[in-house]
Amino acid sequence: MTDRTPLVEMRNISVSFGGVHAVDDVTIDLFPGEVMALVGGNGAGKSTLVKTLSGAQRADAGEIWIDGAHVMIENPRDAKRHGIETIYQTLALAENIDTPGNMFLGRELTTRLGNLDDSAMEDAARKVMQRLNPKFQNFKTPAAHLSGGQRQGIAIARAVHFNARILIMDEPTAALGPAETEQVAHLVRQLKQEGIGIILISHDIHDVFDLADRISVMLQGELVGTVNKDDVTMDEVLAMIIIGKLPEEVTQAELSDLHG
Amino acid sequence: MSVTELPPSETDEADGVAPSRRSLQSAVRSSEIDTRTLGMVALLIVIWIGFHFLSGGTFLSARNLWFLSVQFAPVAIMATGMVLVIVSRNIDLSVGSMLGFVGMAMAILQAEILPDFLGFGHPALWLIVLGAGLILGALVGLLQGAIVAYVGVPSFIVTLGGLLVWRGVAWSLASGRTVAPMDSTFQLLGGGSRGSLGEVASWVVGGLACLGILALLSYDRRQRKRYGFRLRPRWAVVTIAVVGSAAVLAAVWVMNSYYLPENLARQFAEEQGIPWPEGGLLIPVGISYPVLIAIGVMLVMTFIANQRRFGRYVYSIGGNPEAANLSGINTRWTIVKTFMVMGILVGVAGAVTIARLNAATSGLGTLAELYVIAAAVIGGTSLAGGLGTVAGAVLGALVMQSLQSGMVLMGVDAPLQDIVVGLVLVIAVAVDVYYRRRAER
Repeated sequence: MTDRTPLVEMRNISVSFGGVHAVDDVTIDLFPGEVMALVGGNGAGKSTLVKTLSGAQRADAGEIWIDGAHVMIENPRDAKRHGIETIYQTLALAENIDTPGNMFLGRELTTRLGNLDDSAMEDAARKVMQRLNPKFQNFKTPAAHLSGGQRQGIAIARAVHFNARILIMDEPTAALGPAETEQVAHLVRQLKQEGIGIILISHDIHDVFDLADRISVMLQGELVGTVNKDDVTMDEVLAMIIIGKLPEEVTQAELSDLHG
Repeated sequence: MSVTELPPSETDEADGVAPSRRSLQSAVRSSEIDTRTLGMVALLIVIWIGFHFLSGGTFLSARNLWFLSVQFAPVAIMATGMVLVIVSRNIDLSVGSMLGFVGMAMAILQAEILPDFLGFGHPALWLIVLGAGLILGALVGLLQGAIVAYVGVPSFIVTLGGLLVWRGVAWSLASGRTVAPMDSTFQLLGGGSRGSLGEVASWVVGGLACLGILALLSYDRRQRKRYGFRLRPRWAVVTIAVVGSAAVLAAVWVMNSYYLPENLARQFAEEQGIPWPEGGLLIPVGISYPVLIAIGVMLVMTFIANQRRFGRYVYSIGGNPEAANLSGINTRWTIVKTFMVMGILVGVAGAVTIARLNAATSGLGTLAELYVIAAAVIGGTSLAGGLGTVAGAVLGALVMQSLQSGMVLMGVDAPLQDIVVGLVLVIAVAVDVYYRRRAER
């Protein structure tokens, strides 16, 4: 992989809140068509780290490089301009606004006079949904009345419609049932096929092993390490998450303690 | 959750007759008529008919309805802006005092300052004064909105401070005097015998409004056809067109059925050189300018709320401020703009008010904030944010004014009037909350 230019490189990122180092000198990268899982316990700093990439949080130190060029991402608008789309854990949608309205929020289609072109937006939403979730028909329903899976669908449709090259998924399945989770997993594979780079944050180690190519582990704001999925076992990743030791450092006794 | 959308089909097109009672609910749904608005209209009709009988048949006279329409205008104008402020999870308690301040400033400008430079009765004077009033309102909104959005002081506190500050400023501007009279052209903004369209122009406006309804309906249908969306059933479109046009024409007819009082009619006849006939002269007054302004404001604000990015952003902030922010919307500046729009509308309402009174007093607009907020809330605006329509707020203003006007006709004492208005406000919101909760289940 080293001969290719990474899609994203986050170099030496640090974020602190008050005196606490939420993210401490972390470096990760992401290649096109790759799913990079970011895992770690609660408060490990995963969400904070990716927020610096999606523009929701400013880094105190560090650099972000996209396609080998140094970029400044200071707000969500900057991130979107670089083709970065984010699907948030909290399913960030405006509850009172319908599906096309949410899909295009902040980037509405307008007529020549600058008026909202609701018909064109609904048409575009129908086309994307036809690909992602053909059964979905509630285009005029406010987001508040949609199910968790449907809401997640809006967020993914937004990323697809705007041709995201980099997709950040922060616990995309946390609010979903098993069938909907499988649907999202299917979508992730589909997007990966299209050459999109995906950063997947997840608590679910099975999801991670199912979808990811590489796994970066964080513990207490620091990067424990990044490993290829095919080179490690689940227990070894769990050891990284819990005691912060790389597979080559961990002892057999420590591994069996994980299940103790 | 029910499935409200069906795939495009020809059956809706062929459905030329009104459906049976069994499917009344789905019929209303397919026609996409807002049931809340229907409820408001029903409430208004009940109030009107009730007062008509209680007042011994004077409430639904052309004269009373004409005066009601003029009195309702300033509250309606401000309520359209209050909707956006409340939808974005804020409140503006200062509009009454602001109206006093901006109104007083406009009065002093035209009665005491500008005549020294332009002379009395300069034809452009009214426009300069009105422009200055709108700019002043926008600046006050900018100041209050900036403190809310950028400093982070809750709007309740900022505008509560504004309520005291602007009232004080209004008083100090004129040291408590009453400033009068207003410029003669400016006075037309307040209505009255001259500040109205007259018979012919009123019918023309009514006719244009009917054409506008037809144009909007056909544009909507064309857009749906173009994208292959589900069409509204034909009977629904025809019903909306007929009922809407009939309501417009009926309103014009009522306005034209109010004739100038005899002394004003005599004056008018003298000016026009018409001989005074034996049986008197019936000169229709027509739609007054304040009402015309209020309708214009309502149309513009509806357009801004539904068809412009700014409006969409206001609603998204009310629905989920965090989501709006993460979508890259400049939420702070959007909030500032809602307060500026509110300020401009206070300027408009202030101009109408001082023109109607032909004077400005330091108590101008006292308690107006409560009527404006009540109109918005009765009109279905949720104080939790995210929900509310401009048209609803205007209907709310009409309900408030009808209640007041009806009680005045019945000779109800002022304190009892306040009690009734207060109770209606609470009951209206209670009913609304009840139905909304039931709809969510």
